[in-house]
Order: sequence, then C-alpha cells, then structure tokens
Amino acid sequence: MSSFTDRADGALADRQLKIAIERTTGTAQAKRAVAVAAFPDFEAARARAAAIKDHVVANLGAYLEQFEASATAAGTQVHWARTADEACAIVIDICRAAEARSVARSKSMLGEEIGLPHALAEAGIGRVETDLAEHIIQLADERPSHIVWPALHKTREQVSELFRRHHRTPHEGEEIAAMAESARRHLREAMLAADVGISGANFLIADTGAAVTVTNEGNAELSLVPPRVHIVTAGIEKIVPSTGHAIHLLRMLARSATGAALTQYTSFFAGPRRAGEIDGPQEMHVVLIDNGRTRMREEGLAEMLRCIRCGACMNHCVVFRQIGGHAYGGTYPGPMGAVLTPALDGLTANRDLPNACTMNGKCQEVCPVDIPLPTLLRGWREKSWREGLEPTATRSGINAWNRMIASPRLYRLMSAMGARALRTVSRGGWISRLPLAGGWTRHRDLPRPPAGGTFLDQWAKRRR
Amino acid sequence: MTERRTVALFVTCLVNVMRPRIGFAAAAALEAAGCDVVVPRDQTCCGQPALNSGDREGAKAAARRTIAVLEGYEHVVVPSGSCAGTIRAHYPEILADDPAWLPRAQAVAARTWEVLAFLDEVCGWRPQGTRLAVTAAYHDSCSGLRELGIKRQPRRLLAAVDELRLVPLEGDETCCGFGGTFCVKYPAISNAIVEEKAAAIEASGADLLLSGDLGCLMNMAGKLHRRGASTRVFHTVEVVAGMADGPAIGEDA
Repeated sequence: MSSFTDRADGALADRQLKIAIERTTGTAQAKRAVAVAAFPDFEAARARAAAIKDHVVANLGAYLEQFEASATAAGTQVHWARTADEACAIVIDICRAAEARSVARSKSMLGEEIGLPHALAEAGIGRVETDLAEHIIQLADERPSHIVWPALHKTREQVSELFRRHHRTPHEGEEIAAMAESARRHLREAMLAADVGISGANFLIADTGAAVTVTNEGNAELSLVPPRVHIVTAGIEKIVPSTGHAIHLLRMLARSATGAALTQYTSFFAGPRRAGEIDGPQEMHVVLIDNGRTRMREEGLAEMLRCIRCGACMNHCVVFRQIGGHAYGGTYPGPMGAVLTPALDGLTANRDLPNACTMNGKCQEVCPVDIPLPTLLRGWREKSWREGLEPTATRSGINAWNRMIASPRLYRLMSAMGARALRTVSRGGWISRLPLAGGWTRHRDLPRPPAGGTFLDQWAKRRR
Repeated sequence: MTERRTVALFVTCLVNVMRPRIGFAAAAALEAAGCDVVVPRDQTCCGQPALNSGDREGAKAAARRTIAVLEGYEHVVVPSGSCAGTIRAHYPEILADDPAWLPRAQAVAARTWEVLAFLDEVCGWRPQGTRLAVTAAYHDSCSGLRELGIKRQPRRLLAAVDELRLVPLEGDETCCGFGGTFCVKYPAISNAIVEEKAAAIEASGADLLLSGDLGCLMNMAGKLHRRGASTRVFHTVEVVAGMADGPAIGEDA
C-alpha cells in the first residue's frame, strides 16, 4: 500500500465527499457540453488556442522580456524567481517593505504551488483568502481539492457549520443566499483593511504589460484595488502576445471550466494608480516564476505548459470523480495534476499518479488546448520503469509476460494451460475467487474460459 | 463476383483464452462480407501490457515481432479497439526513432482495422437475415472510440439486425474502469467506477450489453454478475455474425 492508495481508499469510503464531487462535476460536465455545442467550430477554436500557447512556449524568453518592458513602462515592478522559495522571499520582502500586517489574497493555484500561504504565516503576516471557496478552505484549515472550485469536497451543510463557528455575525437560516451574505460581511471588512493584495494571473499580456484575472465573485477587484500594494505571482507560461490572444483563451477557459460564455468579472491590471486616478494601488509588482517550467519545456513536457487551468480534465476524469482532489497529494489534482505533480514534487513519491489512470483519453478530448495528457502520463510511466521505481511484482509480471509472448510456441502452450487452470477453479460459468487475482475477484466475478481450448488451437484443428 | 479480400485475423490474448467464440464470430462475419480469413499461427500479444506499464523496450520488442507476423497481409483485423489501437496508433509512435522499423510499422498500422469498423467502412457489409428480438445497450470502449473513432460503425451494423432495438445507455462514452492492468493495480478505484457503470447498464433496462473490447466486457459482465443483474453480455461481432443465440459471457458450460 502506498500513501496514494491509502488516501484513495479513505476518499472512496467517504459518502459525503462522493455527493459533493458528484454535484459539482456533474453540473460542470453538463454545462460545458451545452456551451461547446453552441460554439461555432469549437474544434478550430481549440486548435487555435493550442497554437497560441505553443507559439508562446517556444518563444518564451522573447515574450517575457517584452512583458517586462511593457509592464515597467506602465509603472509595474517586475521580479524574476527561479524557484518557489525565491518567489515567496520576493513577496515577503515586498510585504515587509510596505509594512504590511495583513494581506488579502485572491485565489491563485500558483500561490498554493509555491507555498505562499505557509510562507506568509511564517513571516507573521496575516492572510485573508477572499475567494469564497478559498475562504471556506482557510476556515477549515485544509488545502484546495480542485483548481476551479477549491472547496469542491465540502457539502453546503459542512460549509454552513464552518461559517457558524467562525463568522462574527453568521447567517440564520440554511439558505445559500444567507450563507453567502455572511461570508460577504466577514470578507468585505478584511479586504478593505488589507495593506497588500496578492493575486495570480490567468494571463500576462506581453504588449501591454497587463495581468488578467477572472472571478465570478468580484473578490479580485476588491482585494487588489483598495490596498496600497498589489502583487501578482504568475508562472512564466501565463504570457500571451496580445489582448486579442488573451480574449480567445478566455472564451475557451470560461466555457471549459463552468460552461459560461465569460466569467462575471474579467479584469486587466496594468500598473499602479496614475496621476489623476481616483483609485488603485500605489505600487504594483509582478513576480514571474519558473519553478520547474523551463525544465518541463526541455524535458518533454512542453505541451503541459499550454494548460490554462480550466479543470475540465478532472471534471471528466472517472478516477478524479471517485477519489476527489486531496487523494492526489499535490497542489494540482486530476489528469493535469498527475502530469504536473511528478514534475514539481518528484516522481519517486508520486509514481502512483500517472499509473492510477485507465488511459481512456477523455481528458484530452475535453482539454481546450488539446494537451495529450494520456501520452504525457505514459511518458511518466516510462520514466518510472526506466528508473526502477515500479514495484517488483509489476516488473517481474511484465517481464515474464514479455518472455512468454516472444515465443509463439510458449505463448500457445501457456494460453492453453491457463485456460485449463481457470476451468478447474470455477463453479458454473464463473470464478468468484482466484489466487493472485484478488484485485479482480474481490469486486467482480471472472467468466471462465469455455471447454475446447484456445481459439488458436481450435482454429488450427478445424481448418487443417 | 467482386474480388475477395484476404484478411489476417489478429485474435488477441483475451479472446484466444477467455472467449474463442468472438474469434469465430469475427471470422464468420468477415467471410460473410466476402473476405478470406487467415489466422497467422505465430501471433501472440500486441504488447499493450508493456506499453501501458511504461516498459517501452518490451513494447518495442512485441511491436517488431507482431509487425513481422502481420506485414505480409493485405488487411489485419482485430476484434478489439485497444489492441487495434496499439498497432495502429502506437506502433509508429514507439518505433519512431527506429529507421529500419518505422516504415514497416506505418505500413502495418495503415492496414490494421478494428473488426466492426472494417466490416462497416471497408466491406460496406450489413448483417442479412439475422434476427434477434432483444433490447441492447451499447458501451463505447474508450480506445476504440478515441483512438480509432469507432462510434457509428457498430451502431450501423446493429441497426441491420432484425428486431434488435438499441436503448440509450447513460454515460455510454464513460470509461468502465477496466484500463488493462489498472483494474488489478488500483482495484478499489476500478471497482468504484465499474459499480457506477453496472448501475447505469441495469437502469437502461436492456436485455443485452454490447461492446467491442473483451477486457471491458469481462469487467462489466463480472460486475453485473456479482450484483445479481440479469443483463447478458456479448461482443458486438457475435451479434452481427448471428451468434448471439449461444451462451453469453459467463454462461459457458
């Protein structure tokens, strides 16, 4: 048993979790299907989206420099971080220079990836998560279980209880509107009191120097405009050449994530408050973070850098829908997480992730940028095999099979013997218990082979 | 009479051992469609277990051996979407850096077909005078659906079976949780997936469950039987070949 299978078993036993996953991913699947069907030539739009990202990833250095120049010209300070630790240190330094006691953070998976919540806590800087789902996660002291709906694993009933425990003037009834109002009261105060606002970016626009965020709650705007300082932490692959390219990808992102034509709020942040403007921060910073992305590009994972973090792959994944996000053990769950986590956190501890997949291909089918996720997962399996990380039982099983199939005579002999052996352990037409095949028979019966031998032997007899 | 096609039947490991009827049904349908069927004696496994376990060298060895066995034939027909997909989609991929073998891999890949797609698209064949008064649910096995584009072909063939009525299956394109070695490496997850699939099949009310891959069929049939469901399970080619009057999967004496 690995820690992954332990976590998966725990998740499978959790009925509440199953209900929560089913509600959200079920709705997401249905709405996405409607949105995609209504979109004229979604396939062509998808190919264009992939081409935009591939172009950027192939010319990353040039676009990053262009972004730096445009952003600097707009008054933004641009920082470069090679690693997660460097990125956190830069953010903490900016917060300290601003004498910040509290920061308001607008949901960012990159922030989770680099461990920013933890780094802020260590630095003694108060943090308020302003996205509703992140707020729930912060109250529960948990980690996100989905990249679009971080609190997907929580049912409405569990959220109600959390709010009652933590909000100063909580909701009274059990209506969702009342719960949302309670969160609004609680969060608005914190947002307006924050010294620094921190966000991620869905896109960084090279020719204008703008950072784009999308939300459905307006929390990004309220977290980022009133404070004195706005810090953007973004992965270097978030660059697009122009606003037009960002708009194209936004159309794909919103439809693939929630089935909406566009998010409720889409904001372009380009520099701090200018002379004569009535609001906006005094300083704006963008931290451009590599954290393994350059290495991914060099080591066969360039296509993964297309990802726009819509979550469609996990919403449609049969495995994710059974075990939820926490079982994956990394920042990013589901198929995209199973590709990213071994790159970010190492393959040795995460070899289960690319293996715990049926290779059904649905994730690639729904990916708005056509990432060949099954191929990339297979790539990790191959690396795991080469590096000897696969369990001995798997290795010796596959090696024995390879030796058998290399010899047609041995193959025919073993097939015939296998068929006979299976018949001896069956009752009726079925086998309900089988040594060494408990993985199968614990949960389902195995049909027994019929009398008369294998197809190859029967055919040879009949046709001679 | 039109020229007869010569077809090599690549029967697959599971059909060879677990359900030879599918091989005979494939041969019968192909012959009815005007093909001469040969079964290359030295065929073994396409190498899918090694390929999906990350053993690329093992998969390459299986690919080279299988290509050598099959390359002399005009067409190669396989009663399985995943094994046909391995030959068609993956052999050229895994032998891409082998200049001696790549052209051979591409040539065999271009001539390899899943049996239902071959009967429909290449032969333009339809079952004639085949009658089966049942309702049937069709599950689209993932490799066939997404690697080979098999969706309408089996339905067109089944539409020509008299009195057979296809009923809708909720989630017909959703994986059944088999996944080859996945089902024994991660049995609890696989079980949770096939449990839902079996419930959907039962809810369809169909007499028969049909699909095109024996691995998936055994997974679903085994779960249905464990649940005590009465749904009978066949490979689609058994139905179109008029062989669904015999024992279903698990009914063999």
